[in-house]
Amino acid sequence: MGLFDILGPVMVGPSSSHTAGAVKIGYVSRRLMGEEIVEAKILLYGSFLATGKGHGTQLALVAGLLGMKPDDERIPHSLEIAKERGIKLSFGEAILKEAHPNSTQLLLVGKSGRKLEIVGESLGGSIINIAQIDGLSANFSGDYATLIVHNHDQPGHLAEVTSMLAHKSVNIAKMQLYRSNRGGNAVMVIECDQEIPQGAIQWLAHLEGIEKVTYLSLEES
Amino acid sequence: MGYKYLHEIVSVAEKNDKPFWKIILEDDCTERNVSEVESFETMRGMLHAMQEADMHYDPTLHSASGLVGGDGAKLERFRLEGKSLFGEFMSQIMEKAVKMSESNACMKRIVAAPTAGSCGVLPAVLLSYEEQKQLPEDELVKALFVAAGIGSVLAESSSISGAEGGCQAEIGSASAMAAGAVVYMEGGDNEQIIHATALALKNMLGLTCDPVAGLVEVPCVKRNVSGAVNAVVCAQMALAHIKSAIPPDEVIDSMRRIGKQIPACLRETGGEGLAITPTAQRIVKELSEK
Ligand code: SF4
Repeated sequence: MGLFDILGPVMVGPSSSHTAGAVKIGYVSRRLMGEEIVEAKILLYGSFLATGKGHGTQLALVAGLLGMKPDDERIPHSLEIAKERGIKLSFGEAILKEAHPNSTQLLLVGKSGRKLEIVGESLGGSIINIAQIDGLSANFSGDYATLIVHNHDQPGHLAEVTSMLAHKSVNIAKMQLYRSNRGGNAVMVIECDQEIPQGAIQWLAHLEGIEKVTYLSLEES
Repeated sequence: MGYKYLHEIVSVAEKNDKPFWKIILEDDCTERNVSEVESFETMRGMLHAMQEADMHYDPTLHSASGLVGGDGAKLERFRLEGKSLFGEFMSQIMEKAVKMSESNACMKRIVAAPTAGSCGVLPAVLLSYEEQKQLPEDELVKALFVAAGIGSVLAESSSISGAEGGCQAEIGSASAMAAGAVVYMEGGDNEQIIHATALALKNMLGLTCDPVAGLVEVPCVKRNVSGAVNAVVCAQMALAHIKSAIPPDEVIDSMRRIGKQIPACLRETGGEGLAITPTAQRIVKELSEK
């Protein structure tokens, strides 16, 4: 933990895990979508479901999806703001297996019709983990620029991605690989020290065998 | 952070002939790869956020559950009527601690120190000290570095999460951090800083986390008051050259072990203690019908 995780963060209360962490999950999801969200199904699990109301967890998640950060004083009014912007919201209970007690499942639709499904966990002290993207494991904190590539489990894709990153002088901080089964769906999650140029991400998305590319940029748009 | 023990910070400070706060600042600079000015200004930002939160207290607000709100104003009125049992300083501390925690429960902006649940302790002590003694702002920022350094050691060697170590880890840690900060502001030496920390922590060992309806409201808000007052009480003992018989790092290790022994039902799960009293159960029922 850094010094300003101990003395900090500046946040809207009441709970670092149930409020600030929830805003962060929403915020990272919004960044991952890469465009405005027009529809969101927000499903809560465990302690998020049980005590979320009093902690403003729903308000916090919606605030994040609107692009607010944990210290934004508009968080308590996020539902009204979403309504003004014509965003379709619905809430419910998430059915998850062996999930962290503070978890949420978000089913999102973007302006262009792009769909994204996120399972986010709030680990305490406003530290979060994006556990799943579109049903496949991911596990990243959202503190780095992060590239998530869904591809067919076949040789060569990893090399394509890493050589592209090397070419763009992007240093890899952390990398993980998951797959559903041999030859099935696979995912790579790459956390980077530098931002990846937009053009390179588009190039990647068009390669054969690459199903979907999702990118978390930390740059303010 | 690079330091797991308070005595480590003290010996590095003494070897390099630098103040306690500077060692913490330098550590942050290395960790985050930032300049000393940047680190200092980030901390100043935390102070300003605390001051703003204190100023923007709204006595008309109530939390979503309705359990919390308006008590800060009651304490203020009591003090202004001249009825305080304590002097101005302590009375103001009590008041500010309640106000900040109420603001937190009412979804206002606060500074987690070390957590949102314990966010009232440190600013209550610091901001009251500032008002009473007119300390230059830079000194308050340095006091925050002292507090943050102590908090970092607690996080490294024990815990600052109620779910992990009980409330001793939240209000206890906040109180220990504030105690060290007061000793610094009063011009105490490094040994006095860490002994104030130990004394404050010892008074909070074993404190459980059993909030009603799982909300950061009851007992949290009022517990911030005792955490803040305890900090000053222990700082005064340390300044009077009273030492903790158990060395500070051994106290922290006890806190870690005790935290592990506190059963899960008393670590923010709502399974025991205040959380299952008939009144708490009634409140839970009412909330679910809301
Ligand atoms: S009782 Fe639990 S939630 Fe409340 S302040 Fe203490 S540790 Fe935090």
